[in-house]
Amino acid sequence: MTLTQVLFESLESLNSNKLRSGLTILGIVIGVAAVIAMLAVGKGAQDTITGSISGIGTNVLFVFSGNQQVDIRNPRPLTIQDTEALQDPLTAPSVKAVAPILQSNFEVTGGGEKTNTEVTGVTPSYADVRNYLVTEGEFITNDQILGHASVALIGPETAVKLFGRSQGLVGESIRIAGQPFRITGVLESKGGGAMGSQDDRVLIPFSTAQSRLIRRNNPSRVDLIFVQAISADEVRRASDQVAQILRTRHRTEIGKDDFTIFSQQDFIQTASTITGVLTIFLGGIAAISLLVGGIGIMNIMLVSVAERTREIGLRKALGARRRDILIQFLTESSLLSFIGGIIGILFGWLIAFAVGKVAAATGNAFTPSVGISAILLATIFSTAVGLFFGIYPANRAAGLEPVEALRYE
Amino acid sequence: MSDHVIVADNLLKIYQMGDVEVQALRGLSCNIDRGEVVAIVGPSGSGKSTLMNILGCLDHPTSGDYYLDGEHVSELRDDQLANIRNRKVGFIFQSFNLLSRATALSNVELPLRYSGSNTGRKERARQALTDVGLSDRMTHRPTELSGGQQQRVAIARAIVNNPAIIMADEPTGNLDSKVGQEIMDLLLNLNKEIGTTLIIVTHDPKVAAQAQRTIRIKDGVVDTEGE
Repeated sequence: MTLTQVLFESLESLNSNKLRSGLTILGIVIGVAAVIAMLAVGKGAQDTITGSISGIGTNVLFVFSGNQQVDIRNPRPLTIQDTEALQDPLTAPSVKAVAPILQSNFEVTGGGEKTNTEVTGVTPSYADVRNYLVTEGEFITNDQILGHASVALIGPETAVKLFGRSQGLVGESIRIAGQPFRITGVLESKGGGAMGSQDDRVLIPFSTAQSRLIRRNNPSRVDLIFVQAISADEVRRASDQVAQILRTRHRTEIGKDDFTIFSQQDFIQTASTITGVLTIFLGGIAAISLLVGGIGIMNIMLVSVAERTREIGLRKALGARRRDILIQFLTESSLLSFIGGIIGILFGWLIAFAVGKVAAATGNAFTPSVGISAILLATIFSTAVGLFFGIYPANRAAGLEPVEALRYE
Repeated sequence: MSDHVIVADNLLKIYQMGDVEVQALRGLSCNIDRGEVVAIVGPSGSGKSTLMNILGCLDHPTSGDYYLDGEHVSELRDDQLANIRNRKVGFIFQSFNLLSRATALSNVELPLRYSGSNTGRKERARQALTDVGLSDRMTHRPTELSGGQQQRVAIARAIVNNPAIIMADEPTGNLDSKVGQEIMDLLLNLNKEIGTTLIIVTHDPKVAAQAQRTIRIKDGVVDTEGE
């Protein structure tokens, strides 16, 4: 028989038992839809996280104290002096800018409201390194650093929380941990990210934070240093130069750095690994339902083979070879799962879409994405499930003795 | 051998039923001429069904030689047997065995699908249905046909591939005597017109009487051969 004939006969046979075929297909639909939706959600999460990491700034290195890889006792904190050393164009030619920060959570009041938010002491270079712009007012200036000025830049989300608006706020005052600050600018919105909103924050001059808000044991200590490389190609080299300078300054033993340098690429990679594992985990759970759907196919095909024993005997009497019967039943089971796969993809896509809508409604910008690869994977996988679970029943049908089968009641 | 379409020599068939061996055929030999109409009769358990299965290439003999239309069938593998059945044997069953979801035309087409001939398949199926007098029932499904009409469809299916022999297993068993006689007339007519060898397995002496020759089976061997 030609392929079209086989397909036609299989469709005819599935069509003759609509309810049963429909329910079997439903099993596959649920499985495939679950897989597609889960993969889409996982991919969406990954995109969001990667996006928010990219939003941190370009060609950026994160330098912080401590080392997870080796056991270091009493790591020396990073200091202002370290920061200054990193800015030396002779020892660190690949470094374009350095931005140290001090960061802590404080109660911020203003406009009659109060909120708890992240307050960061920054230098003017922070704007470039972290790619921050102001929608009104101006960024922190060197004069403000020198004068330990009590000024603050406010994130749009914090602004809305306190004042109910994010415009026309320059000149307003807020209190951070009870100390008065004057707003000199409003930050541009960066959108919510997986690492917490980047819009809910307050920036103040580094020196002000150091002397008045965030007191550390070591007065010259910094929490984190952002280092920007001069170009994407120089990130690796900048990282090496930073490491070299810090090793010299901290007099660490070889292989026992008491600091960690993370590139944005490293962050993205780590995040991708985590979300990748998450996606596989979710997809794996969903795949179990696909497996159950496959067992449903096997079940129904076994029933079908038993019911059609006489038909199989007749076909064999009329000249059907083992192979013909095998192909016929495999085609039927694959068709069940293929149709289920197609409907499941549509369904899964709808679910993913709905999840995106819900996420958007609850304020998390998060777009599940159904990739071509997920669709291909689901189609191939579901058809393979049908084939695999069809093999046993089809083999059973093909192996029937014509004499026995014809006698079957 | 040229005028013998069937040459069966010393056929032995042993079934293993648990620990017990059942000898269904014990060295049966018979020849059937091309174009002959033969009735195979015998009591239940005589081995006539077994003989029909072997002559119809549905089953292998345990030993012995069987030539169908010049081919040494007893030595063929299953798939080759399927091919022989397809090309050389037309089956007619007591209970018609039509595919209920397919039209009369597709039922008749079925053997042609397995023979792999794609050209003129529909035409040949139509011709066969016309030959059995069902030219106006081509698109009916079996459930929409009477018993006699269903058996005619089965006959059309049996002759569509121009087989060497037609094996009819109680072809009138499920029909009343009038319709049964019509079916017998049709079969005998087809035998006259196309010259296809017709082998009828039956209990009914009236049916057997219409054959040119009757082969009686008793205890796995041919009892007497007579007119």
